Amino acid sequence: MKDYSIFDVIGPVMVGPSSSHTAGAVKLAKTAMELSEKGFYKVIFYLHGSFAKTYKGHGTDKALVAGVLGFEPSDERVKHSLDIAKSNNLTIEFKEIEFEYAHPNTAKIEFHYLNSPSFFVIGSSIGGGNVVITNINGDDVEFTGQYPTILLKYIDKKGMISQISTILSNNEINIASMKVTRSNNLATFVCETDNLITDSAKEEILKIKDIEIAKFINPVRS
Amino acid sequence: MYNKAFDVIKLCEQENKKISEIAILKEAKMRNLTEKDVIDEMKSVLEIMKKSATSGLESPIISHSKITGGNAVKINNYLNSNKSLSGDLINKAMAMAVSTSEVNASMGVICAAPTAGASGILPSSILNAKEKLGSSDEDLVNALFTAAVIGELATKNATVSGAEGGCQAECGVAASMSAAAIVEMAGGSPIDSFNAASFALINVMGLICDPVAGLVEYPCFLRNASGVVNAFVSADLALAGVQSLIPFDEVLEAMYKVGKSLPETLRETALGGIATTPAAKEIARRFYNGTTE
Ligand code: SF4
Repeated sequence: MKDYSIFDVIGPVMVGPSSSHTAGAVKLAKTAMELSEKGFYKVIFYLHGSFAKTYKGHGTDKALVAGVLGFEPSDERVKHSLDIAKSNNLTIEFKEIEFEYAHPNTAKIEFHYLNSPSFFVIGSSIGGGNVVITNINGDDVEFTGQYPTILLKYIDKKGMISQISTILSNNEINIASMKVTRSNNLATFVCETDNLITDSAKEEILKIKDIEIAKFINPVRS
Repeated sequence: MYNKAFDVIKLCEQENKKISEIAILKEAKMRNLTEKDVIDEMKSVLEIMKKSATSGLESPIISHSKITGGNAVKINNYLNSNKSLSGDLINKAMAMAVSTSEVNASMGVICAAPTAGASGILPSSILNAKEKLGSSDEDLVNALFTAAVIGELATKNATVSGAEGGCQAECGVAASMSAAAIVEMAGGSPIDSFNAASFALINVMGLICDPVAGLVEYPCFLRNASGVVNAFVSADLALAGVQSLIPFDEVLEAMYKVGKSLPETLRETALGGIATTPAAKEIARRFYNGTTE
């Protein structure tokens, strides 16, 4: 039987009113923001299902905007995020969308930049404040952001995975799960680890040739 | 370390410890922390709870949807008028439970216990038991660990989600957690705590989830008020020596089965119960048309 922390039961500390529509929405958008490049001037939120239907009442809009501003689900400022975004000159739009076979609380979060192409992340808030990221810029993925996560995109060739896993094990980082998908000659690599990803591990991974995109997410307990 | 109430009781007896002590040891071991670390973490939770349970008492808090609010103040004023039928403790407990519910509905900061919708019950229970018993903050922190064990057992063996098990799984489990916690504060044994936890859950077995307009507001705050009363009643029954005929593990299993056999319309979908009354539909219609004020 899965063991729970006491603070999974008494917790999370969060802004209300709903762990899936509010706290989970903050976390979803924050994870998306961490995957994106800095310097976006506009974010468009495409809302699906129950997110689209009840976002006003649960403050899902404020929660999502708080997430892209980098706030935690327990931050008092979540409530005022729309005003904060405005004073930061960040443009925000909400649109309804229908995804096929998606979880009811799903959003596509699209980041816009002045001098580079836009970038999007799709994910769902699956209850209790937990989220799952299912697509990054067109690549299907699946991770929760609950564990430290490494996300890489590289030109597919032999020996990449063993290079990466050697670096991790040399840095005493234990792999919890790993998934690699390929399209054309590009591979998308998602790996969740048991230990925090250290700066030295990041540096070594970034030195590997032919890695086009690398993202590292270390979760904060909230 | 434990998956059932049976295991917890055995551990308490073998090691001559309270439920809270077992919980602190388990948490420290599981996360490789010191006991002091986990106790400190719980202290910060207690501070959040104190704030949410009192901030709605003096000035009205209106919900984010503007559909509900200001009721904690009303209950508190009524209590101060000395006219209440059910007395100071019960009215104060209801006011404080509703305060947290209102903080939640207004996008304020709360601690889910076990969920955001039911978050008013536990803070109010322990804070009002403290008033009555003259307990210390340390006792409150311990009580939160005891409550968490009940919630953990419910999470492992049943559910604490309204969408899966109805409100019995949210406000019912919250009352159950609270009852066990305040029994320990009052000096009851682990078995007394589990008796109280059983009573609280049995009292609301089958309670559905039917939020008006699909929002965590109404009847949620009412069920936080009745939930804290349920906790006190159940705790007193157990402390008086009333025994539960059904062990807590079996009560949980029964609750889970009842939850699963509830039709989906009565599990958070707002498609049944009071959510589909004409009045509720009108509130929902006005809200989604943007004309609530
Ligand atoms: S009625 Fe439903 S939403 Fe409200 S507290 Fe109960 S379970 Fe939660």
